[in-house]
Amino acid sequence: MHMADALISPAVGGAMWAVTAGLIGYSSNKVKKELDDRKVPLMGVLGAFIFAAQMINFTIPATGSSGHLGGGMILAILLGPHAAFLTMASVLTIQALFFADGGLLALGCNIFNLGFFPCFVAYPFIYKKIVGDEPTQGRIMIGALIAAIVGLQIGAFCVVLQTFFSGISELPFGTFVLLMQPIHFGIGLVEGFATAAVVIFVWRARPEILSSAAMSMTIGGLSIRRVLIGLLATAIFTGVALSWFASTHPDGLEWSMFKTAGTEELEQPEHGVHASLAHIQEKTAFLPDYSFKTKTPEHEAEEQPSWPAVDPGTSLSGLVGSALTLFVALLIGLALRRRRGTKA
Amino acid sequence: MTKIGNHFFDIGYMDTLASGDSPLHRLDPRVKLITTLAFIVTVVSFDKYALSELIPFFIFPIFQISLGGLPTGYLLRKVLMISPFAALIAIFNPLMDREILLQIGSISVSGGWVSFFSILTRFLLTVTAALLLIAATGFNTVCTALARLGVPRPFVVQLMFLYRYIFVLTDEASRMVRAISLRSFHSGGMSFKTFVPMMGHLLLRTLDRAQRIHLAMLCRGFDGRICIVRSMKIGYNEVVFAIGWSVLFVILRCYNIPKMLGALVIGFFG
Repeated sequence: MHMADALISPAVGGAMWAVTAGLIGYSSNKVKKELDDRKVPLMGVLGAFIFAAQMINFTIPATGSSGHLGGGMILAILLGPHAAFLTMASVLTIQALFFADGGLLALGCNIFNLGFFPCFVAYPFIYKKIVGDEPTQGRIMIGALIAAIVGLQIGAFCVVLQTFFSGISELPFGTFVLLMQPIHFGIGLVEGFATAAVVIFVWRARPEILSSAAMSMTIGGLSIRRVLIGLLATAIFTGVALSWFASTHPDGLEWSMFKTAGTEELEQPEHGVHASLAHIQEKTAFLPDYSFKTKTPEHEAEEQPSWPAVDPGTSLSGLVGSALTLFVALLIGLALRRRRGTKA
Repeated sequence: MTKIGNHFFDIGYMDTLASGDSPLHRLDPRVKLITTLAFIVTVVSFDKYALSELIPFFIFPIFQISLGGLPTGYLLRKVLMISPFAALIAIFNPLMDREILLQIGSISVSGGWVSFFSILTRFLLTVTAALLLIAATGFNTVCTALARLGVPRPFVVQLMFLYRYIFVLTDEASRMVRAISLRSFHSGGMSFKTFVPMMGHLLLRTLDRAQRIHLAMLCRGFDGRICIVRSMKIGYNEVVFAIGWSVLFVILRCYNIPKMLGALVIGFFG
């Protein structure tokens, strides 16, 4: 149920991948520097545990639906933020590669949404602050609940932002937010309860696990502000660099304007308040045309749109051509298979 | 089969597919990884109304399936199983965007429907590309390719360990789930009260297992460094594969071949 490639533009996907790659590099560095090489098998096995745990559903009493453990919080509690981030990233990678749960380009977004916020934001700033060094049942429950809810809310909001800025889906921002946030509040509640319950179980059975995990983690070295500034810079740089990928085709409004009035945008008066305000806007808008597009009206008038317009001839040729191309592709595939058959 | 059992079978089956032998399997994994990524980025870079331009891109998965002798039905079924999520988001497009974009005879198609099918096509293309990467290459080989391409060593090691122990842990978890369901009388799902101790015990066993694994590694000479040894060669086949497909992707991105083909055919007959 993670983000799919089909809903992402290269600019957004690339920017998020740059951020995620930076985070993976940073976390790998921290993990390497840690002298405890017990972490190596522990990360792998705990990752497999989370993977297995995500497949076991329990029924939620009042609603009749089922929930399952997400895993980010438990990993952060047992491994610390850096190792937990790497583990969560690896689990998401396997889900993307084997179960196509989330695309390869969207993997950057998914790792960021589901890994960064629980491990680097919710855990150190919420859970750790509430539970501190003396865990009690109540503190663990409250800490895990609030951390899970906040982490998931921010993560869900990021999904909305990434889908919106990609511009492939027509889902309006407001509707999407109203859809995502309440659902993920419920999911966060379930995750918080499940995490808290399992952690309390482990703490009751073997308290030394939690205390040794807490001791072996050096949260002090985490300079979150520097990390965040670095991430922001990377995201903006990559987004701008990849904007040349963006389409030069007019969007719906400009297209319909072009068809009705012959120009993509309204004529600006040459003088007066309008002109000076427009001039100021031109200078100050750092994301002109709203979504990473860098087109200007003159370019659209010249450029021949390469998708079928309301022109019966071109639409029909597009359809016919597509069917033919698909047919040719299938023929090539069949030919290859037969060639392999006779060779083998 | 339970959900866990299904996943177990899935991963194992993909691994079996990857151990086959074909010209596709024998290619260097780095080349396959990079070409797949280029494919995905090119497909995703089209604007939201692109539909006929996307069709020629099917040649890439079709080529891989045929050359690698991979099962089409199995892959299609996997894609179909996860398509509801993309379709759920995509269905808003026809609802929101009602401007007429296409006119075929007397039928007018709104822009929303065009973008809906565009999203579905993109989905089909990108998802099969990702699945084919593993089915034709194998996970461990992809990991070594990643390590060679510069991905940080701790992350690659983590991926390999995770893969290795997924089989062990899903086995253990499925045994526990089966044991609980055999001993319980109500037919509904597992209650929270049962879930927590089960998960807690699984976690404790996992931590103990990690301890045993670490000791076993120490006994076999583990000193903190992981060495990945695998011979990979970039030969003539690899270069042809990479350059050929990249050039094709660029051409298909810049020119709408289906439309040209269609115009040709209609001009010929009309």
